[in-house]
Amino acid sequence: MLLAKILFRNAFHNKLRSSLTILGIAVAILAFGLLRTVISSFYAGVEAASASRLVTRNAISIIFPLPISYAGKIHQVEGVKTVSWGNWFGGIYIDEKNFFPNFCVEPVTYFSLYPEFVLDEKQKKDFLLDRKGAVVGRKLAAKYKWKIGDTITLKGTIYPGNWDFVLRGIYRGRDQTVDETQFFFQWTYLNEAVKKIAPVFADKAGFFMIGVNRPDIAADTAVRIDAIFKNSLAETLTETEKAFNLGFLAMAEAIVTAIQMVSFVIILIIMAVVANTMAMTTRERTGDYAIMKTLGFGAKDITLLIFGEALVLTMTGTFIGASLTFPAARIFAAELSTYFPIFLVSRTTLYLDLVAALLMAFSAAIIPARHAVRIRIADGLRRIG
Amino acid sequence: MTEQTKPIVEIRNLYKSYQRESLVVPVLFDITFDIAAGEFLALMGPSGSGKTTLLNLIAGIDRADSGSIHVGDIDITTLTETELAAWRANSVGFIFQFYNLIPVLQAVENVELPLHLTVLTKKQRREHAQMALSMVGLAHRMDHYPGEMSGGEQQRVAIARAIVTDPTILVADEPTGDLDRVSAEEILSMMERLNRDMGKTIIMVTHDPRAAARARILRHLDKGYLNDAVGQNPL
Repeated sequence: MLLAKILFRNAFHNKLRSSLTILGIAVAILAFGLLRTVISSFYAGVEAASASRLVTRNAISIIFPLPISYAGKIHQVEGVKTVSWGNWFGGIYIDEKNFFPNFCVEPVTYFSLYPEFVLDEKQKKDFLLDRKGAVVGRKLAAKYKWKIGDTITLKGTIYPGNWDFVLRGIYRGRDQTVDETQFFFQWTYLNEAVKKIAPVFADKAGFFMIGVNRPDIAADTAVRIDAIFKNSLAETLTETEKAFNLGFLAMAEAIVTAIQMVSFVIILIIMAVVANTMAMTTRERTGDYAIMKTLGFGAKDITLLIFGEALVLTMTGTFIGASLTFPAARIFAAELSTYFPIFLVSRTTLYLDLVAALLMAFSAAIIPARHAVRIRIADGLRRIG
Repeated sequence: MTEQTKPIVEIRNLYKSYQRESLVVPVLFDITFDIAAGEFLALMGPSGSGKTTLLNLIAGIDRADSGSIHVGDIDITTLTETELAAWRANSVGFIFQFYNLIPVLQAVENVELPLHLTVLTKKQRREHAQMALSMVGLAHRMDHYPGEMSGGEQQRVAIARAIVTDPTILVADEPTGDLDRVSAEEILSMMERLNRDMGKTIIMVTHDPRAAARARILRHLDKGYLNDAVGQNPL
């Protein structure tokens, strides 16, 4: 108990130094937490993917569409429960900086495949009845202050012209991990327009979303689907939704790796700062430790004091840093929702904060503790005065 | 030698040197002498004569190259580090020139510190510490930190810490070296009372003649050798 009292008081004895060290740790943990959350947000789509959903696309590249007639053939494959389809629209709302994902989808089947998009029944009905209807996520509607009945115009990039939509529904996520920044409209609306302006691109889907009966048959079902279209003009590549999303993520792998490295470099830097603090503090207390050894306290007690002091500093800083991560992440999410629709501080990030704190404490205390334990009492006492 | 006059400390053929990089610096040569129980001994000598080193060896905070030091029935030169630490905790009280109190602990907590290595309960530890502080006239300063006390008061706390475990011997290294004259007199009087009234064996290193005058026996060290002459304090 007395040792605990000593180590706590030692930790805050030099108030300025302790405060600056704790501040440094807090800022480092905050930066580390935010960077880890950025990495998590990259993987949010992968994490949210369902194991019982498959994605079928053109085997050459996703930019090449597939004939809509494939839907019926896919539906006949054993294990397939639902087939939906859609296209990436790539429309711009007013200005390019207002980016959000927008797709045309086959509405009935698509929303049945995504129960995590919770849509009011009346709004869903209104959406299905209106060819120009659109459904958007709650965050997106809030961002642009859209209300039900509003007309929204998107400027087409892939499909030229201005496209008017009437907002018929606003979905919310079943939980916090669901992206609420997407924009959906009816595939038929796009297809009919395409038939007029470029008939050769009509009746095509960019991807098929497939629901299977059970997750354990997903892999076999994918193989069976691709086998049907083997040696056709448009061969398919079918994979689980998770694998499909990971494929997209692979394009940004270098960025993710760089962020990961920076997050660990931050911890390394703060480790050096805490080690410096502990080296100074232990050097100043060489006399105190010598006195304690003189009085009969052993190496274990001295080690406990030094590791304990380092742990008090790092845990205090980590607690402050981790606590600040939540409001900081909320601000970050609000400002950058276009790029990071899901920006949640995960439990894993908090565990990593804790591991970082323990690592900091251990690495900062080990050399000073070794020195304090090994120094001869007579030499330690000579440092006083 | 009768049982009454049996020495509490017996030092035989003690040698000590220090290694300074590649150089071996001899400090003590063939020291042999006894200290009787209840004695108040002053070790004197010029700087570098080896008196603090000798005190450290007697107190078990340094190791001799050769020779033996018996304190009571124990040859402390044969003890392991752990045994030596336990022996120090039970048998030696320390008073240093710079008081060496733990700055983050209150006076009463500083005095309690060595009692944490005993089997006493928390309540008993506090009672012992309060009693020791009362004995040195600091009952009213128990909850003060060292930084809030004068040098003389800090040294009195150090004395309370030294006696709280009721050790066999008290060792004092220049106990008045950092004090003004009035405070130094107070401390010396206190040590005198501990020796006279409580029968504590005190070994004090000093080069202050006024401090040495309070001891009953004076021994001189010079360049690592102990002079044969034993000075008796006429008082």
